[in-house]
Amino acid sequence: MPEPASTFGAGIDSIYYIILWITGAIFVLVETALIVFIVRYRHREGRVAAYTHGSKKAEIVWTVIPFLLVLFIVYASNDIWLQVKRADQDGAAPADALPLRVVAKQFEWNVTYPGPDGALDTADDFIKRNQLHVPIGRAIRIDLGSEDVIHSFFLPDFRVKQDAVPGMTIPVWFEANRTGEFPMACAELCGLGHYRMRASLTVHEADDFDRWQAEEIASAGVPASSGDIDAERAEDSEIIEEEDSA
Amino acid sequence: MSTTQLLAPNVTAQHWADPSHPDDRPFIRKYVFATDHKTIGNQFMFMSLFFLLVGGALAMMIRWQLGWPGQPMPGGGILPETMAPGGILLPEFYNSLVTMHGTFMIFFAIMPLLVGMFGNWLIPLHVGASDMAFPRLNMMSFWTAVPAGFIMLASFVVEGGAAGAGWTAYPPLSAVPEYSGVSTGQQLWCVSLVILGFSSLMGAVNYVTTIVNMRAPGMTWLRLPLPVWALFITAILILLAMPILAGALIMLLFDQTIGTTFFLPETGGQPLLWQHLFWYFGHPEVYILILPAMGIASEVIANGSRKPIFGYPAMVGAIVAIAFLGWIVWGHHMFQSGMNPLLGSSFMLSTMVIAVPSAIKVFNWLGTIWRGDIHFHTPMLNALAFVGMFVIGGLSGVFMASTPVDIYIHDTYFIVAHIHYVLFGGSLFAIFAGIYFWFPKFFGRMLNPTLGKIHFGLTFVFYNLVFFPMHNLGLGGMMRRIYDPTQYGFLEPLQPMNTFVSVFALALGVSQLVFFFNILWSLWRGQKAPHNPWRANSLEWGLASPPPHGNFEAMPAVYRGPYEYSYPGRDEDFWPQNEPPGGEPVRAPTGGAPVPEGVPQ
Repeated sequence: MPEPASTFGAGIDSIYYIILWITGAIFVLVETALIVFIVRYRHREGRVAAYTHGSKKAEIVWTVIPFLLVLFIVYASNDIWLQVKRADQDGAAPADALPLRVVAKQFEWNVTYPGPDGALDTADDFIKRNQLHVPIGRAIRIDLGSEDVIHSFFLPDFRVKQDAVPGMTIPVWFEANRTGEFPMACAELCGLGHYRMRASLTVHEADDFDRWQAEEIASAGVPASSGDIDAERAEDSEIIEEEDSA
Repeated sequence: MSTTQLLAPNVTAQHWADPSHPDDRPFIRKYVFATDHKTIGNQFMFMSLFFLLVGGALAMMIRWQLGWPGQPMPGGGILPETMAPGGILLPEFYNSLVTMHGTFMIFFAIMPLLVGMFGNWLIPLHVGASDMAFPRLNMMSFWTAVPAGFIMLASFVVEGGAAGAGWTAYPPLSAVPEYSGVSTGQQLWCVSLVILGFSSLMGAVNYVTTIVNMRAPGMTWLRLPLPVWALFITAILILLAMPILAGALIMLLFDQTIGTTFFLPETGGQPLLWQHLFWYFGHPEVYILILPAMGIASEVIANGSRKPIFGYPAMVGAIVAIAFLGWIVWGHHMFQSGMNPLLGSSFMLSTMVIAVPSAIKVFNWLGTIWRGDIHFHTPMLNALAFVGMFVIGGLSGVFMASTPVDIYIHDTYFIVAHIHYVLFGGSLFAIFAGIYFWFPKFFGRMLNPTLGKIHFGLTFVFYNLVFFPMHNLGLGGMMRRIYDPTQYGFLEPLQPMNTFVSVFALALGVSQLVFFFNILWSLWRGQKAPHNPWRANSLEWGLASPPPHGNFEAMPAVYRGPYEYSYPGRDEDFWPQNEPPGGEPVRAPTGGAPVPEGVPQ
């Protein structure tokens, strides 16, 4: 697994390693027993098998121990799961999160940025195709949707994976703790171009992110018209802007 | 079979084999439209092995593309332009390959081998019946599966090619031709599986009825051989799960053809509804594919260890527990689907709990070989491999059952590794064990043991070299069902491992030819099989190989469980179920079937 680049990545990895240790130990014990028994009790001249139908005591032991182990794994996993999914907040991202919208379609990812005002569906929104840029150290809230089929939003380094389902808007959040450029992939078979539905995620320092955003807006000229996905919303926000200026 | 058998087992209406009357069925009734369960079992064997070859060939093409992306496939030139121009596989054809590999292997190879072949071979003989309860329905079950298979096969040559939305066929991709580029193929996929569902249902009705009603006197529930228990529970799962799949498939077919929108969001449909329906069928299906394998492994391991099965009641209880829990775990396929995360928590709990009965089974197999007298015949080698591999498949399942870990490994090669450790390492090794074990009974000739051991050795080594590294590919982040992993920079370092896997996958594929050659060669040239080559206890081993039409000369009487090996004080280390406590088996006069006196009912 790549080194985690999100705040909850290490927690997810810790439960992975707990399970790896537990299952690894069971694997070694069981396979060793299997091999030892196979060698030790192989047929030789005069060998007679023991006549036994089992042991209640043994059955109880090997029912109770696995049961306790899986309960422990469930308990430990659920703790992390509820944190990652922010279940105590009804799945809502932290209040100061940067809101983004990611809409998947065959075979690209369209990312809507809120612009300087930090709010989506306003006039300064702008859209980038296959490029996700986020600042480090700030929670990111993504409203994930799809226009056509089911895709899956996969950021391997961030331990983020969420299906994008047409007809649903699914909240995703994460917070980056490393800068750099990371891969972004589609993890759900979505058609013939599934294998090349790739994008990149760039994590900036906070001021660097603002500079990038300003450059994007400047080079795009008119904000909010760089894509047709939110054309209607953009029109709406232009009307609001006119009212504001009046 | 002239009489319909609706009667209880201890009523004398069964048609018992009568050696004084030669079997005078015409050829077509004997070999083609046969009602004899043994012949139908053989037919299922040939059909499923054919589709196993087809599924294997598709896997070879998948591995070629992943090992050497974009390189012309050797021999690929014979494929049409729409699949592989110049031998280079197209992405849309690749999607069909992964879809059809899964579909053929699950529905047309593993399932009919375990349920169709072993169900037919073993149930009537193991319970002491002359045939299935409904022999004509049984015949129809087979002859419904055949057209279903050929419809599926035919979808490769229709315009647009075969279905390409994965074996799970998630809509909207599977429902809207514009999205997948496949229209007719995707419809044929639905039609074929609906037909196959009917075949499975007819089989399952027969199995349940036969096991409940037609057990010989003395064959109490706790004296049933474990394959019968496993097949009984499996048949109940089929009866409950298949109609759900059929319903979902028909809804999908309507979405594809007549404009309904059950699974399409534009007019209020719900893509996730398909996933709930599919997996509500699909998870019990997983147990349909493993429970009979567990039963077969139990039978062979007890025989090979010359010991009673350790903890028979616990083994039965574990089968029942797995089957019951199997109904409340389907959501673990949907942790990342957009389902409420709190539902994920409860599905995680139920899924993890399934590990407990699975562990009980493994420990009981270990308990069975412990202090045994282990004979390494070919069936035993495969059954021991089943245990070793099922442990890996079971333990890797714990990772996916843990919701946070699943975030990362969901839809990666870790899943591919897991499913192959369960379905190949588990089910298929048990199928090999069962075929080596019972082939002599049904064809009258032994499979060649040397070829069998070569096949086992090659398969075991290559299998692990293919599928174990897939765990690492998945942990490296490699997604399932991608045509060309080198498209992603972060997957580039994994490419040598992909090539490694592909090399041994091709070797694994080629080694299976040893098995197919062994079957064909042994059918005509194999050593003649004695009645009881494995010195086993269940009822079929007291009959000729193959048993005559109608099986038993007279109603067999059963005096003990099927695993009385190495009973102290006996000369032989086995004790047939129908041998009376004091000596030779009682044979009632032929013609009728009177219940021998003193048989416990």
